[in-house]
Amino acid sequence: MTDRYAQAVNSGFTKTLAKKLGLPRPAILRRYRDGDPLTVGPVLVLADAASKADADAVARTLLGWDLDVRRDHHDDVRWGAVVVVLTEAAEPTAVTEPVLAVGSVLRSLAGNGRVVTVSRAPAADDSPAVAATRQGVDAVVRSLGKELRGGSTSNGIVLTDDVEVGHPSVLATLRFFLSAKSAYVDGQLLRVGTADATGIVGDRALDGQVAVVTGAARGIGAAIARTLARDGAIVVCVDVPAAGEALAATANAVGGTTLQLDVTADDAGQRILDHARERHGRLDVVVHNAGITRDKLLANMKPAQWESVVAVNLAAQLRINEVLLAAGIDGLRIVSLASTSGIAGNKGQTNYGFSKAGVIGHTRATARLLAASGGTANAVAPGFIETEMTSRIPFATREVARRIPSLAQGGQPVDVAEAIAFLASPAAAGVNGQVLRVCGQHLVGQ
Amino acid sequence: MATRQTTATTETGVRDAVVVGGNRIPFARAGKKYADASNQEMFTAALDGLVARFGLQGERIGEVVGGAVLKHSRDFNLVRESVLGSALHPATPAFDLQQACATGLEATITVANKIRLGQIDSGIAGGTDTISDAPVAVSEGLRRVLLEAQHAKTLQARLKALAKLRPSDLKPLVPATDEPRTGLSMGEHQAITAARWGITREAQDQVALASHQNMAAAWDSGFFDDLVTPFRGLTRDDNVRADTSAEKLAGLKPVFGRSLETPATMTAGNSTPLTDGASTVLLGSREWAEAHDLPVLARFVDAETAAVDFVHGHEGLLMAPAHAVPRLLARNGLTLADFDLVEIHEAFASTVLTILAAWEDDDYCKNELGLTGALGSVDRDRLNVAGSSLAAGHPFAATGGRIVATTAKLLARKAAETGKPARALISICAAGGLGATAILESA
Repeated sequence: MTDRYAQAVNSGFTKTLAKKLGLPRPAILRRYRDGDPLTVGPVLVLADAASKADADAVARTLLGWDLDVRRDHHDDVRWGAVVVVLTEAAEPTAVTEPVLAVGSVLRSLAGNGRVVTVSRAPAADDSPAVAATRQGVDAVVRSLGKELRGGSTSNGIVLTDDVEVGHPSVLATLRFFLSAKSAYVDGQLLRVGTADATGIVGDRALDGQVAVVTGAARGIGAAIARTLARDGAIVVCVDVPAAGEALAATANAVGGTTLQLDVTADDAGQRILDHARERHGRLDVVVHNAGITRDKLLANMKPAQWESVVAVNLAAQLRINEVLLAAGIDGLRIVSLASTSGIAGNKGQTNYGFSKAGVIGHTRATARLLAASGGTANAVAPGFIETEMTSRIPFATREVARRIPSLAQGGQPVDVAEAIAFLASPAAAGVNGQVLRVCGQHLVGQ
Repeated sequence: MATRQTTATTETGVRDAVVVGGNRIPFARAGKKYADASNQEMFTAALDGLVARFGLQGERIGEVVGGAVLKHSRDFNLVRESVLGSALHPATPAFDLQQACATGLEATITVANKIRLGQIDSGIAGGTDTISDAPVAVSEGLRRVLLEAQHAKTLQARLKALAKLRPSDLKPLVPATDEPRTGLSMGEHQAITAARWGITREAQDQVALASHQNMAAAWDSGFFDDLVTPFRGLTRDDNVRADTSAEKLAGLKPVFGRSLETPATMTAGNSTPLTDGASTVLLGSREWAEAHDLPVLARFVDAETAAVDFVHGHEGLLMAPAHAVPRLLARNGLTLADFDLVEIHEAFASTVLTILAAWEDDDYCKNELGLTGALGSVDRDRLNVAGSSLAAGHPFAATGGRIVATTAKLLARKAAETGKPARALISICAAGGLGATAILESA
């Protein structure tokens, strides 16, 4: 599960050699550790003229997070992050100055730096000029992500429904994008809407909450359990009975409980709900992580290979969600694991792609149903993540998959887990029905 | 909570001890999946699975009591060492006990009684045994020489001691479970008992078949999903034969009782195989369970042990439970008909059948048990309904924990289904002419 190439080009003699040969050098990504500063250097806040008030509000928030905030891009510093506020930009020319200002500081952006835009979503009644400006930001973020080096990333916050920049969900999203928790999230834009959001923006955001993680025995599921527990949640670790040994290890590591359960069982939803409520008094977060692959070209696909993948990856989520929705839980957070394969498709994965695209579909529909009770449903779509499963991919295929993303490397299970912990947090209430890719800006798809 | 039932014991003022749940590792046929696993590893795994199921990480449990029948000398303090290797709080006290195949039930009785007396609020009972990793002893001659050489102060004295060694001393003593006082294996003992009671081969095979079918069905229905945590890649008891049949069992050659005058009836199919495994049961006071948001499956009511004089051939080696149960029932004012479930450890199919036959026998009950007549019959539909040792296997000290946890869950299920309290009788025979029995009730 180690990326030997990335290790080699970042250390010792092989690093020097790689530099001389001009080989691509995937950066060592900075990941969250308790006590580390939020950013790797001062934060530059830029804005177009019309958005100055919003930029001021953002700057004040950043100051509150103990960051070194600057408004002048002529400062001679190694920038930790650049935040570009374009919320009120109404015509294409308005963004010229702030975007070019971003360009002027890119050479002095520190490794693992961050560029984050804050803009507004195009609305149906926008004038063509406003719509053009707002839509344009999308490609600035994505193009910039492909230019950045040294583990730096570019992401955007897109405000919908007249949301103010000071909304807790906007701030929680901003903090996530600025932090090391979004190490493998690149070229992504998250839409944030109005919803009553409370809770702390920051660490230990899940204190006292009860979270259920399916497929928690190993890999990404175990990382999710660890991360949610780190943020304060009591974690119910669910996996098939056959995976019980590893599941017990996960539960004992995070101080949670095990529930040996096949998510495709008819009563899975009820058993999850009963276990959480009877043993821990409540249920706040459900992470649908359990998933399987049965890859085969469609021409050779047997019914069982199609059916089992759809049963575990999609139908089980639908059935469990029905029970959760019927239970009428206030503020319930559902986060489902989709996949970039469900967005862009993948050869030999029609079954898997169908199931994961289905997850995206039901997430959007479920989001509407949950909104009334203050709940959210979101999906995280991992790209190539270094796990036991992906370590079995043939070497050449694996190497290609690793180098294609802008960050030129696979992600770690914890990268997926961090995104989930963010979406599960109370402050993220305004992020609903979204698909957040954790793919290092993989070339394919959005 | 269901209404509390009145019994002699609760009227004496002791508080309830309840079974919260259990955890075991799948049982493995000797020499297979757990061939390299030690008792300590297995018991630690069983404990860790229990801790994970009930979220007891870092919890200081009142006491952990368990043991092993076949134990290495290095495994002194086996249970405490297992606790230290588990996710439990290191300040959790523990001790070992041993009562052959009744070890696990005796551990449960001990923990339950401590809870009932208020000495502890929570406890874990259990047991572990491995045939695969059994201790091999050296000959008595070699042992004496080695000890003398070790105590010798000079090289000369050491050599002198070692010179006493004879070639025959180098032969290791193969571990055996034969009765020390008779030299007969448990199977040979039981063969005599079965012959005396006229237990047929067909009846024994029928018990074995039911055991496999019941246990396979329980596994398939997911009954063990919250009672078992896989270990070393084994996810189910590997002794269970879902596909066995009366014909297959009838085709097996007898292995015990071949020197008797009557036809030998005991085969590898209707006798328990040698097995590796470990099990645990979590008990607590009602208050402790409630404070920890833990389920309550059953209430521990009472227990009785017995021993029989098998040495002089008066009584069968494994007949002690036949004596213990009438005393237990009398004390609690119950009859066999008062039990919704009866769990009789299937050391051999013929053990179950002889005990049942004994309770139905007027003369035996009068003359041997001092009763006024037959104790009664056990409805076969209530007997070992989720399978027992013939199917699961029988890692000696681990069997009690398996039976108590399974029975407690069956009781809770029964009570939930019928809406009425349910009661179970547990009976376990053991080497040395011992037997331990207990009553559980739905909580």
